Amino acid sequence: MSTTLFLILCLNGLQYGMLLFLIAAGLTLVFGVMGFINLAHGVQYMVGAYLAFAYVQLTGSFMLAVILSLVTALILGLLLEYFIFRHLYNRDHLDQVLATFGIIIFLNELAKVIFGPATLSIAPPEFLSGSIQLTETLRYPIYRFVTIFAGLVVALGLYLTISFTRIGMLIRAGATSAEMVSALGVNIQRLFMIVFGVGAMLAGFAGVIAAPIFAIEPGMGDNILIVAFVVIITGGMGSIGGAFFAALLVGLIDTLGRSLATEILSTVFNPSFANQIGPALASMLIYILMAAILVFRPKGLLPAKGVS
Amino acid sequence: MDRSLVTAAVLFGLLLAMPFLLPLIGSAYLSGLIIKAMLLAIAAISLDLLIGRGGMISLGHAAFVGVGAYATAIALENGVDDIFLLLLITLAVTGLTALVSGSLALRTSGLYFLMITLAFGQMIYFTLTSLAAYGGDDGLTLWSLATVFGSNVLQGGNGLYYLVLGTLFATWWGVYRISRSRFGRVLRAARDNPERAEVMGYPVVRFRLIAYLIAAMIAGVSGLLLVQHAEFVSPALATWQRSGDLIVVIVLGGLATRNGAILGAFFIVIVEEVLGSFIHEWRLIYGPLLVLMVLFAKGGISHLLMPKGAKGYAS
Repeated sequence: MSTTLFLILCLNGLQYGMLLFLIAAGLTLVFGVMGFINLAHGVQYMVGAYLAFAYVQLTGSFMLAVILSLVTALILGLLLEYFIFRHLYNRDHLDQVLATFGIIIFLNELAKVIFGPATLSIAPPEFLSGSIQLTETLRYPIYRFVTIFAGLVVALGLYLTISFTRIGMLIRAGATSAEMVSALGVNIQRLFMIVFGVGAMLAGFAGVIAAPIFAIEPGMGDNILIVAFVVIITGGMGSIGGAFFAALLVGLIDTLGRSLATEILSTVFNPSFANQIGPALASMLIYILMAAILVFRPKGLLPAKGVS
Repeated sequence: MDRSLVTAAVLFGLLLAMPFLLPLIGSAYLSGLIIKAMLLAIAAISLDLLIGRGGMISLGHAAFVGVGAYATAIALENGVDDIFLLLLITLAVTGLTALVSGSLALRTSGLYFLMITLAFGQMIYFTLTSLAAYGGDDGLTLWSLATVFGSNVLQGGNGLYYLVLGTLFATWWGVYRISRSRFGRVLRAARDNPERAEVMGYPVVRFRLIAYLIAAMIAGVSGLLLVQHAEFVSPALATWQRSGDLIVVIVLGGLATRNGAILGAFFIVIVEEVLGSFIHEWRLIYGPLLVLMVLFAKGGISHLLMPKGAKGYAS
């Protein structure tokens, strides 16, 4: 195990963590403010990736595609809120699970019909396609640095918005008691719509910046949705700060675990046994983390104030 | 007489007669389809014990189907082929898995329970994919199947059909009896108001854990039968989407009703088959159908079959 490899793994972990944060941020806000469990959040990530692909094909410009994708993802989120989710806020969790499960099935199939079942990919934009020499032996792609940076910017923006603006104050108040906020004359319906739209847009943004790194395929959002759930449980439901730290933690644990589990196990057990259970144990690590958090610290690492 | 009993009588009567009717139509394919629906129904009934009767929304129930299927498959691979022995192994393995995951998961409730069952389901799924000796990701085709007293009558045809039907009947009857018993009433009380049940002196967590164990073991048995029917296992049985499918079945059929899970299972299999025969992309219709069902048809199919006036909250 060289330091170079370890550094690369850490950077990859950070980058994966940032991606997770972008997805988890919307999920945790929607849950914290509206008590709504949205399984379709992962599929919005997939939609973002496909939109990026389509717009790159259409316009030929990555930056233009990013902007157009964000706008489309926002509009799609608002439409879903208006026609479906709005009617489910007061229903029990089971109805929410079922309806959003239906949306997943529909959008996954739609992606398959429009773009085909094969995996697609797009190239990162020209000016971000090089790599940077970090140390003598280590080069790291610029594009991946940019995704880490983008995640940081979004995190900072969300933090400032929620802590220091009027709408952020309403979101915090809404998380504590939506009814009371509504009674004070705030249009809570519109607040919900904004939170939902922004959440959908962030998930879409994650999909867009993931498009040049990962394969674009139908169902790509299903597994990352579950990981995003792990993040928001670990961080504390409704807490943006919690989501941020948990996303980085989960990203690092997952990335390091996948590369190192077998190696570490083989120092204790015989190599063939380690080879067999190493990968499985690595994929399980984050779920073990989440189960442990739920059992020993059910409110999460950094619980949001007032969320019950 | 209770309308739902009539529905059940008609259902089971039809299922009993099916092997005699099918040759008239001449379709082995149809009998496979019915077995598929019955297997789905068995797992769904067990999930209804958790969700419908107990209010514990689990999003990891399919994992127990997977555990049961793999326990059976691995035992078969190692030369155990007596069905009673296989049943014992399946019950023991799923029961033990459920005991460990259940005692941890039931320290939470509500949405957190949903999440932690999801996490355990994923852990089980990844464990199954790592069984390299038994096919790993790709799954495992079985060359020998379960026998009963050394005979192979249960390996296909009517023998297998009636084995599945018998299990379905036993599950349907058993879970209904359980939900009507004192145990079932405590479970229901804990669903509607856990604090009150606790204050009345019932150890809520223990009751829930027992229900969780029973549900997991029934799901395991459906996994055993699935292996016997499909002659194949793969980790895909245990994905969280499968657990979602099970929830769809019981909600569409009607939660905590006598026949809901069975009606829902047959409805889903038929819809999949009929829509699938019209267009290949039937999910484009199925997805929105689910959304519309949730928005407009609360209570499921069982409610539609009930006489007017009896449509209160099913108990």
